[in-house]
Amino acid sequence: MKTGTTIAGVVFKDGVVLGADTRATSGEVVADKMCAKIHYISPNIYCCGAGTAADTEKTTDLLSSNLTIYSLNSGRNPRVVMATNILQDMLYRYHGQIGANLILGGVDCTGNHLYTVGPYGSVNKVPYLSMGSGDLAALGILEDGFKPDLELEPAKELVRAAIQAGIMNDLGSGNNIDICVITKQGVDYIRPYRESQYKDKRKTKYKYPPGATPILTEKVVPLKLEIVQETVQKMETA
Amino acid sequence: MEKHCTDSRVKGVSTGTTILAAVFDGGVVIGSDSRASVGEEYVSSKTINKVIQVHDRIFCCIAGSLADAQAITKAAKFHLSFHSVQMESPPQVIAAASVLKDLCYKNREELQAGFITAGWDKKNGPQVYVVALGGMLINQLVTIAGSGSTYIYGYIDAKYKPNMTKEECLQFATNALALAMGRDNVSGGVAHLVVVTEKGVEHVVVPGDKLPKFHDE
Repeated sequence: MKTGTTIAGVVFKDGVVLGADTRATSGEVVADKMCAKIHYISPNIYCCGAGTAADTEKTTDLLSSNLTIYSLNSGRNPRVVMATNILQDMLYRYHGQIGANLILGGVDCTGNHLYTVGPYGSVNKVPYLSMGSGDLAALGILEDGFKPDLELEPAKELVRAAIQAGIMNDLGSGNNIDICVITKQGVDYIRPYRESQYKDKRKTKYKYPPGATPILTEKVVPLKLEIVQETVQKMETA
Repeated sequence: MEKHCTDSRVKGVSTGTTILAAVFDGGVVIGSDSRASVGEEYVSSKTINKVIQVHDRIFCCIAGSLADAQAITKAAKFHLSFHSVQMESPPQVIAAASVLKDLCYKNREELQAGFITAGWDKKNGPQVYVVALGGMLINQLVTIAGSGSTYIYGYIDAKYKPNMTKEECLQFATNALALAMGRDNVSGGVAHLVVVTEKGVEHVVVPGDKLPKFHDE
């Protein structure tokens, strides 16, 4: 189970702030430098995922589809606790085989909520949290800086600092920082919120225009195809 | 998370815990600590809720794998709610305990969770039941469970008296939890206590620094 990630979430006065780094690793190689780890669940609920990238991606997609269907059928906006329950049921059924450590955050009619769901299906409701391989580094920052009812800017800064700590102290986390702010008024998905200061500027352009490679010889071989069978199916449009 | 799991027998988050319940004159006191751990060394939550309400006057304390315990109590809540709709009256405490026992016994190969069910019902008044890991169900006046319980068997045996008052029983439960949390590394945090009587339910939370201190602390 790969957890090369730092994700964090904080409940503040007017909503929830979620943050994540953007590095996806495959063994010792960075496979994606700008991977999106904050997934859309519903207009008022977003989910950060740590663990096996495919598992977090598919699980959150499935959850999002199911919640949309539910909203349409019941005429109600989904609640964060419902999303959590669905996730818990799904992950528990697979007894830890789905390697997804998720932080679910959102705002609904009952307030601002942050939940964590583990791969075995355990759920915990928390005011702040971090997950992934950089979780201990980020948790130190959160433990020190968290206060109940923070304002928006201090909350964003706290989450940014927490992810930054994860990026600096964990090899599996790195590159840029994404932030997602969810309030009653709406969602502000800032991607990237902070770019990595170690980004390398490319020295030249590596895109070649058509015709840049000279053609030395050309050989044209026409492919002879035989009609073996022909069937006609009439389309009924009456 | 993988690096936190050493060779713990419980996979994932475990509630290495101290839970207890005791009958007093007119009700029950149910209590637990609030620590959840992964492996033997990482506290994944300092404030996990282990006293879960399964019906109006019936509570359940959980021990063992957090995922298994939460799944079982969810199923139990549903079964109890359905049962009480069918019977058109609140369920008895033994019904709640039996629902948990059935789930634990039928799936004993896959599950790793134990429970203490306690509450009040009209027919038999305050009761405490323990459902152990394999699905054994026993009715007792006072019971303790979880990894921290080994450190307080002596205290329970010496200090529990039947028909205590509510205040005496609360003090007894708080002391027991404090002693266990003091010695068991996977129990800690705050002490959650719930008092269930015919009149209703009362929650008492004792933060870690307000717990009674004993010799050598």
